[in-house]
Amino acid sequence: MSEIEKLLNPSDFEAFQKKIVEGRDPNRTAVAVCSGPGCLAYASGKVFDRFKVELLESGLAEEVTLAQTGCHGFCERGPSVVILPDEICYLRVSPDDVKEIIETTLRGGGIVERLLYKGEDGLPVQKESDIPFYKHQQKVVFGDNKRIDPRSIDDYIARGGYTALVKAITTMSPETVIAEVKESGLRGRGGGGFPAGAKWEATAKPPADTRYVIVNADEGDPGAYMDRGILEGNPHSVIEGLMIGGYAIGANEGYIYVRQEYPLAIDNVLYALEVLREIGLLGENILGTGFNFDIIVHKGAGAFVSGESSALMSAIEGRVGEPRPKYIRTSISGLRGKPSCLNNVETWANVPLIINKGADWFKSIGTEGSKGTKIFSLVGNVKNTGLVEVPMGMTLRQIIFDIGGGIRDDKEFKAVQTGGPSGGVIPEDMLDLHVDYDELYAAGSMMGSGGMIVMDKDTCMVNVAKYFLEFLSDESCGKCVPCRDGIDQLLEVLQRLTSGNALEEDLELIEDISLMMKECALCGLGQSAPNPVLSSIKYFKDEYIAHIAEKRCPGGVCKALIAYTIDKEKCIGCGKCMKVCPVAAITGEKKSPHKINNALCVKCDSCYQECPAKVQAVTKIRQADVITAFATSEEAANE
Amino acid sequence: MSEIKLKINGEEVTAEPGTMLLDAARKAGAEIPTLCNLEGLEPFGACRLCVVELIRGGRSRIVASCLYPVEEGIDVLTESEKVVRYRRNILELLEARWPLIDKALLEKYKVNTGRMARRDNFCIMCGICVRHCSERRKLNVLGFVGRGIERQVVSYTMRAKEFCPECFDKELSCLKFCPTGVIVNDCATRCPASRDEEAFAKPIRVRDDDNAIAVKKSLGDL
Repeated sequence: MSEIEKLLNPSDFEAFQKKIVEGRDPNRTAVAVCSGPGCLAYASGKVFDRFKVELLESGLAEEVTLAQTGCHGFCERGPSVVILPDEICYLRVSPDDVKEIIETTLRGGGIVERLLYKGEDGLPVQKESDIPFYKHQQKVVFGDNKRIDPRSIDDYIARGGYTALVKAITTMSPETVIAEVKESGLRGRGGGGFPAGAKWEATAKPPADTRYVIVNADEGDPGAYMDRGILEGNPHSVIEGLMIGGYAIGANEGYIYVRQEYPLAIDNVLYALEVLREIGLLGENILGTGFNFDIIVHKGAGAFVSGESSALMSAIEGRVGEPRPKYIRTSISGLRGKPSCLNNVETWANVPLIINKGADWFKSIGTEGSKGTKIFSLVGNVKNTGLVEVPMGMTLRQIIFDIGGGIRDDKEFKAVQTGGPSGGVIPEDMLDLHVDYDELYAAGSMMGSGGMIVMDKDTCMVNVAKYFLEFLSDESCGKCVPCRDGIDQLLEVLQRLTSGNALEEDLELIEDISLMMKECALCGLGQSAPNPVLSSIKYFKDEYIAHIAEKRCPGGVCKALIAYTIDKEKCIGCGKCMKVCPVAAITGEKKSPHKINNALCVKCDSCYQECPAKVQAVTKIRQADVITAFATSEEAANE
Repeated sequence: MSEIKLKINGEEVTAEPGTMLLDAARKAGAEIPTLCNLEGLEPFGACRLCVVELIRGGRSRIVASCLYPVEEGIDVLTESEKVVRYRRNILELLEARWPLIDKALLEKYKVNTGRMARRDNFCIMCGICVRHCSERRKLNVLGFVGRGIERQVVSYTMRAKEFCPECFDKELSCLKFCPTGVIVNDCATRCPASRDEEAFAKPIRVRDDDNAIAVKKSLGDL
């Protein structure tokens, strides 16, 4: 950070910004080592440390900027290192590659080809934005991550940071700020998709001495980490958005409710706030405009239901994070009974862009009802997992196949689950659905906060529904009967289904409980809890029927319903399955067909996975068919 | 303040602003079952038996009447087809947990028992004891712990030792208000504070009416 003097008025800020921008050479070489959650798990921290040491040793430390940045997105191939300004993207970088990168690329200007992305055609791709995973994305909110050290406010300001705030508080009235956000059509990125501008307006309206603006960073959907990516990588964008919101709504206090499980996000945000207070962008009379604002970080204690607005506010007040049963909007009576505006991380991060570039620019992206971009965490059985940002209106097919590269191991696609535990599954024939709040909702799923779990043909939809309900049964607060006992009983039925003990009537029971929960449960969690079950019944009823009527699991997942057998025609007797079997249930001579003793088999799936793809002799059959299958193989053996 | 006009089951009624639909409807003669609602305590909205159908501007939604204040011009249906069906489902869930449930209520809503998995637990988590203790008695001895199906009512040992004796008078005791009859006994017997204080056995015997004894017998407690 450059030496700091408190910024007392807008021209101080301008001078501050000018100094930072002028002090930077856009052509200076910079190494951005991704430190998102995925890459860190792949030891990108060690890669960074090695860079630090090696750069000093090679004498390049003065000429090259080295930064540990937030998530770049391509988690599948982490750790990712991007060399700027040419955007050379190295993937799967290990600490041992560092020396070669420094010598070849930084000193020699060449390319380390083996670390580049190679497409299906085997040709290496040098530039990050040319990699198919990135090529189809539109990175508006998430794009600056690789150019910003989250610990450097200079980096953020050099990219135009805080100009939107200054613009808002010096040249716009609170009403015009709200009007601009309303005009942009920005909708809440946390789940329901409520229009942000309308929410702001509703919070600003009621007479009150105090109002609050709050960031919901209690992201808890299984497999989702978009908000984490933003908060860790670019905390200032969220803070700036929150401050603009505070100004527009008339709040002097903001809260960031972030889950304890995101320690790096908490650290980076706290650090950012400290710096802002030091330079006078946070506190009393900001830039001499009379606008007072400060932000408090509240660490959540790990309850999914605390992401619900009234529960979150209860938690900030120091009470148990349970939803409030009253029918009154938090925009009228929220935190401590005051009008409070709660938006999620991604929503706030969009605000500075709207103020700077205008509502018209924002409106130009997206569909009729859903404007702007949306970040998804693309996970599951897809080749390229990671965080992707796409314009609203892109089809699911484009996201999964163009960006995600299709299904892992080139298996058949079965379904995609969007919207987290409150969302639903979408089958193959609806892959051309556009990602749009209303289209997804009409399909029985929802946008949610942006989780996108891709599932291949070896997935059991009943089991998926059961998985999400198990998650919800742990996370329901247990206050109201429909949610507490409803989830419990639904889970019981699904348990029966997956163990082959369900009856035809059980489908009716599921429907009865689900419909009642949808309308009678106290909060959004309970009301949407049956969605995973209802949507999978809607599109995959045949799988439910197969579990009931045939005692068969079409996905081959439900252990009670499947058994393994070896096709003696196909088996080449390589012995691989025999070696991995943990219970010695497989027998057979080398080069002659093997056999599985189903009485010993524990259905661990190891033999199925181990059997060479070309051979595919290990197959799954119905548990109910085991005796006959055995009989035939015994007969065959006797022949 | 001026009265609010609304319709309940097609009949025009007036109510003071702030009145909850439940009270307005009951005053108008509608029968709405409740479990977690008790006069004098803040509405809790947990049992959801009091759900009604609310129609405003042609759009219908289901709300818990104990918590929804009267609004000008709304239509409230307390026994619509949907409401009856949902109450039936909720009673079905409750019955699986609480075999002592009012049989007349089950009959009235034609509840199909036996479909759900048995979860005999007796406490229905209405929270009346907890709220009675904190709101009326201001003692805060009782509270909830756990989430989801594992949620339960517990007493805080130190506070129980100190304050429970104050309530032994049966008029004030939380036991008196427990709609399930058994759970608070159970709770009190498990209460660590009761182990060495004989006095704790007192209210338990007081509440041992025929119903409770029958259940206890069936559970093998007696």
